Amino acid sequence: MVRRDYLVKKIGWSFLTIAFVLVLNFFLFRILPGDPTTSIAKDPRLTAEAREALARRFGLDKPVFLNLEGGNPFDSQFFIYFGRLFRGDLGTSFNFNRPVADLLGERLWNTVILVMGGQVLAIVLGSTLGLLAAWKSKTGFDAAAITFSLAAWSLPTFWLGILLLIIGSTYLGLPTAGRETVGVEFTSWWAQALDLGKHLLLPTLTFTIVLLGEYMLIMRSSVLEILSEDYILTAKAKGMSHFQILRHHALQNAMLPIVTLIALNLGFTVSGAIQVETVFSWPGLGSMIFEAVRRQDYPVLQGAFLLVAVSVILANLAADLVYGALDPRVKAP
Amino acid sequence: MGVADPQPPLLEVRHLSTHYVTDEGVFRAVDDLSFRVMKGESMGLVGESGCGKTTAMLSLLRLLPAAGRIVSGEVLLEGRDLMALDEAEMRALRWDRLSMIFQGAMNALNPVRSVGDQIGEALVIHGLAPGLGAAAPRVGELLEMVGIPRSREAHFPHQYSGGMRQRAMIAMALACSPQVVIADEPTTALDVMIQAQILELLERLQRELGLAVILVTHDLSVVAELCHSVLVMYGGALAEYSNVDRIFNDPRHPYTRLLLSAFPDLSRPEGKLISIPGHPPRLNDLPPGCRFAPRCPQAFDRCRLESPSPRLVEPGHWVACHLYEEAALDAAG
Amino acid sequence: MRALTRNRLGVVGSVMLALAILTAVMAPWIAPYDPEASTEVSIEDIYARPTAAHWLGTDDGGKDVFSAFIYGSRVSLIVGFAASLISMIIGGIVGLVAGFYGGRLGNLLMRLTDIFLVIPDLPLMIVIVAIVGPSLWNIILVIGLLGWTGTARIVRAQALSLRERQFVTRARAIGAGNLHILRRHILPLVLPLMVANTVLVISLSILSESTLSFLGLGDPTTLSWGGMLNFAFTRGAISAGAWWALVAPGLGIVWVVLSCTLVGNTLEEAFNPRLQSHHLQGEEKMVVRPAQAQAAER
Repeated sequence: MVRRDYLVKKIGWSFLTIAFVLVLNFFLFRILPGDPTTSIAKDPRLTAEAREALARRFGLDKPVFLNLEGGNPFDSQFFIYFGRLFRGDLGTSFNFNRPVADLLGERLWNTVILVMGGQVLAIVLGSTLGLLAAWKSKTGFDAAAITFSLAAWSLPTFWLGILLLIIGSTYLGLPTAGRETVGVEFTSWWAQALDLGKHLLLPTLTFTIVLLGEYMLIMRSSVLEILSEDYILTAKAKGMSHFQILRHHALQNAMLPIVTLIALNLGFTVSGAIQVETVFSWPGLGSMIFEAVRRQDYPVLQGAFLLVAVSVILANLAADLVYGALDPRVKAP
Repeated sequence: MGVADPQPPLLEVRHLSTHYVTDEGVFRAVDDLSFRVMKGESMGLVGESGCGKTTAMLSLLRLLPAAGRIVSGEVLLEGRDLMALDEAEMRALRWDRLSMIFQGAMNALNPVRSVGDQIGEALVIHGLAPGLGAAAPRVGELLEMVGIPRSREAHFPHQYSGGMRQRAMIAMALACSPQVVIADEPTTALDVMIQAQILELLERLQRELGLAVILVTHDLSVVAELCHSVLVMYGGALAEYSNVDRIFNDPRHPYTRLLLSAFPDLSRPEGKLISIPGHPPRLNDLPPGCRFAPRCPQAFDRCRLESPSPRLVEPGHWVACHLYEEAALDAAG
Repeated sequence: MRALTRNRLGVVGSVMLALAILTAVMAPWIAPYDPEASTEVSIEDIYARPTAAHWLGTDDGGKDVFSAFIYGSRVSLIVGFAASLISMIIGGIVGLVAGFYGGRLGNLLMRLTDIFLVIPDLPLMIVIVAIVGPSLWNIILVIGLLGWTGTARIVRAQALSLRERQFVTRARAIGAGNLHILRRHILPLVLPLMVANTVLVISLSILSESTLSFLGLGDPTTLSWGGMLNFAFTRGAISAGAWWALVAPGLGIVWVVLSCTLVGNTLEEAFNPRLQSHHLQGEEKMVVRPAQAQAAER
């Protein structure tokens, strides 16, 4: 059983961070110069009444933090914002005139499919490559693996996407946009899955390549350190073969930093998702952010940012808990 | 150790030389080392830090770091030369016939696996148990043999105290009932009480199991208590080699004599403690003659020009010193 | 400096970086056309293939891609270096204070660092730039203000370990004040680590700027490589088959980022030297026959 205070500390900390993000979100969209709500309301092309109506609609007529004008002190922008949040109300989209929460919900699953596939592949391939490179350290294989990983890490995600898009559509006839071919009736479940797969291939590949490099490098340095530890010499002295040593002694220890890395990488993953979805017009949260920026649909932008940030924080927490369960030094001191 | 033993030696090392090839030149860590260990006998390997003791032992098991090269010599275990084996044969032999308790054994256990599993693993690898589960009873036996309660089998190394870990390492070294056990500084970094316990344990086990033990240490008092024969090393080469009585009561080599006088002796509490002036030689930059000549109070011209090889000064007593050449000619007869 | 030349990759990276900086500085002299100048353009000039007149063809506006590429290096490099400078300063200060002074303030700073580490970078950058407007300054500030966390962590770890070392205790014993110790003893040992880290931060900053520009949040008055890609992508370069407009700016980004990564990696290896070998190496060479031994020693 994971240590009690480790659990409490990690969970408490995550909630604090989420609270920080929520407050940050509020400030960004209400306080920063050029923030949407006030700028719209101050638009000189509107009549005074229209401006007042808009101000009331966005709650701008209320004081920012505390309402000291008698009545309910919590009738301020700050508390209304939080109240709405807790009810799951993320506002209404300017462009679609639909609740932001609904829009996000529709797109969330698409992003998850994309991200999961890429992450899993990158972790598996990257870790394997890193393990082999460390084992065969200082050989040609190692040098090649390092160079490849550094190069992969240096590629801008969106550019790699564009390259793959050009190559894939020109030479392999793969689709260039969207999640499924529009206007086609699918004869079977299999045909539909195949179509989804074709659309998913290039974006996932882009994702995998970009993440691969980092996992490989981290796994490699982690395994190198492990293979220099005393207990590896003990294992060798016991008469174990390289394969046995890697499998029974190196692997588990090496996975621990990988778990930490997965957590740290989540921000990078989100950034990758935004770029990949934009390039491939994949209808997920990432492209939604891009479109929201283009169309100045601030409620959507705000809601998406919130959702993404909170997801990353929670995923980090999950990774911490998994780590706690894996490392016996934390599990049972 | 008798003159002409009817029994062949269990372990015989002949003219072993090991070098380290590094950027700073070739370190001649072990130079022309020869000795033999009989069944049930314990040999003490004594010398200052850095004199090549550990390297010599690692050479026996072929566990040197990547820069190590065994450039000459034979290591005969029951007549079979270990240097002539291929890696697979060597692996089968390691731990099964010849095991080692490493220096700093405290860190030689994998922190993320239980102690019981690591001991059991040795059994599984050498076919003495079909799996870790089946190995558990024998592991329990081994732990109790070294004074660790069976119930702690599933605990992790960090849950053991330093002395317990050392004892666990001893249990692990004995798992496959080897014929020879090398104990490299088994009591360094342990407090005096624990030291005494460990030594007592080693002695008891040796008696009960009939093991041949090579005890590497820089502590002469331990040697006096436990060992049948003593090999004194200096600068990577043999200085003196005989049974324990002769070494302590009739030391010939100047280095051995100085070593003995540097140690407190309870029988002569008023005797002066002498420290040996100077530093040990740099093994990549050895002087042309005898290695000890720069620090030797009895060095003469020949010592600085020619390096003395070990010669038999009386039955069962080897010394590598020019002072005794003539005596050797007389005694060898 | 010596550390760089030791490793072949480090040399390659340094040369690449030097070339890039040179290009940016010498832009007005290297570029065949002035991207600011307006020209008469006809239909054939749009997305024209590479020719002797236009080495990298033309873009959606009929302008020379090669010239835009040369000038584009300026924006990317300026933003990269400026933002990293900000990050390095903030990260350095936070790390030093947290590591050296420690205490409540140190803890608070590290908590803050952890929070910023967790929050995903790009979405936050997008949100801020979208709100305050995409001017060059804003972009530099945003990237700089969000990129200090890695540096802070490393500096803090180093300062923390140095604080306990002998020479600090000795300095205090003879009455040296904190500031003096920081300046004379700690800083010289922290600086090399920071430099190695900053190079990597530069590569991250350049990637951030390119991404923001690609997503349409670049400074509209300048044209960075990311911006070039934004135009190409949104104005049909793919369907026009104008690979030159898409490949070139991307290669520019990769060139600079890769050079920084190589240099940064090499520097890091130099300051954190890895052990020479591990336990599973060198078996084939271990047992040597006499003839081989002599050859090896020669």
